[in-house]
Amino acid sequence: MCLAIPAKIVELSSGEESRALCEVAGLRRHIDTGLLQDEMLQLGDWVLVHVGFAMSKISEEQALDQLQTLAMLGESEAVMQEVKGYGLSDGSWKGS
Amino acid sequence: MKFVDEFRDPGVIHKAADEIRRLADPGRQYRFMEVCGGHTHAIYRFGLKDILPPNIDLVHGPGCPVCVLPMGRIDDGLSIAKDPNVIFTAFGDMMRVPGLDGSPLEHKARGMDVRIVYSPSDALKMAQKNPDKHVLFFAIGFETTAPSTALTLMRAKALGVTNFSVFCNHVTIIPGIRAILDSPDMRIDAFIGPGHVSTVIGCRPYEWVARNEGKPIVVSGFEPVDVLQAVVMLLRQLRAGEAKVENQYKRVVPWEGNRAALKAMAEVFELRSYFEWRGMGFISQSALRIRDTYRDWDAERRFSVPGVRVTDPKAAQCGEVLKGVLKPVQCKLFGKECTPERPVGALMVSSEGSCAAYYNYEHGKHETLARTGATV
Repeated sequence: MCLAIPAKIVELSSGEESRALCEVAGLRRHIDTGLLQDEMLQLGDWVLVHVGFAMSKISEEQALDQLQTLAMLGESEAVMQEVKGYGLSDGSWKGS
Repeated sequence: MKFVDEFRDPGVIHKAADEIRRLADPGRQYRFMEVCGGHTHAIYRFGLKDILPPNIDLVHGPGCPVCVLPMGRIDDGLSIAKDPNVIFTAFGDMMRVPGLDGSPLEHKARGMDVRIVYSPSDALKMAQKNPDKHVLFFAIGFETTAPSTALTLMRAKALGVTNFSVFCNHVTIIPGIRAILDSPDMRIDAFIGPGHVSTVIGCRPYEWVARNEGKPIVVSGFEPVDVLQAVVMLLRQLRAGEAKVENQYKRVVPWEGNRAALKAMAEVFELRSYFEWRGMGFISQSALRIRDTYRDWDAERRFSVPGVRVTDPKAAQCGEVLKGVLKPVQCKLFGKECTPERPVGALMVSSEGSCAAYYNYEHGKHETLARTGATV
């Protein structure tokens, strides 16, 4: 829950709900962008995601650094488990 | 030092380590508290303690929401889901955390409908997909996760989803730091401020730590270089006789925080007059509850909750470890009665708790070295 996961925006939804399709290490899911409404997010932007909500916009360099940090912390697997819901969730994440 | 050398450009690390040695006065002992459990985890994982001079102690703070959650709250939340019509949802981190009557996962094994969600928004979606069921979300976390719960509740209200509620355990970081500073046996010289909480609250809320308490505080990132840089910045302040708030993690943390997130929290939550922190006792105005305007989505008001209270055994010295009076290994129960597999006290509950982190990395290392006759 405390992991900040970098995600790249691959599709912005035009619906009224503020959300974007994001990619994290080969997985895709909708991320809520309601907390970054002032940031004017664009396709290809990177965001730091906590529990399915984008909390801050970051540069691609920072995103890659953060992914490396997670790997260094031995938490890449934890990220995958977390986002996939430990195999027990309803499968909101899809392989791409 | 082996962890760091494996993972990051050793040149940069050693440069920071040299600067720390140059700045630290060999004639005094320094105690720096890293508030956030994420930092604790990183410090052990990267072996950062080994590259600091022996007169700099890193004390692990209260910033692990799983650790400070009173055990009885788990029993209270699960008691609601004894109704077969209720689906209990929580983050994966919570699933193995024991309540008095077992963990959520153990309740699942006994037949309760317990499901892991990655996001509170997934729990809301589950409610929409299961209109005949009630979906309860067991909310936990500091300001890093509270805005997400707030936005989910705003959405539930806007969509009129009535078969959804939140059992709210959100806590706020500032009163936790205040409680540490207010305790009579406090021995902290300066703070390494939390990174991700600060993306939400910004740096301003820490100003009283510097102004009123005279303690330097540096908000820091999570890479080895970030933490070492934060230590350098703290030493520079202490050497210059200053106490101010500095932001080492500028690349992610804006000074003013995330306004939209703060607005969502203010819309949905208000401060509880007090809340219990496991290992620390009751702290006034330290937690969030759901406002009256969202009362229909507040599980504590919709359902009757037993209000289970569990006191940790007196022998568990979590409070002293949190305040830096004792190191984890100095607690009488550490590694004996209290282990990550069978936690007795708060700090052993989650891998980001200081005792569990110490057990997983340091304890094993000391054991191995002891067996081989080597010294640390």
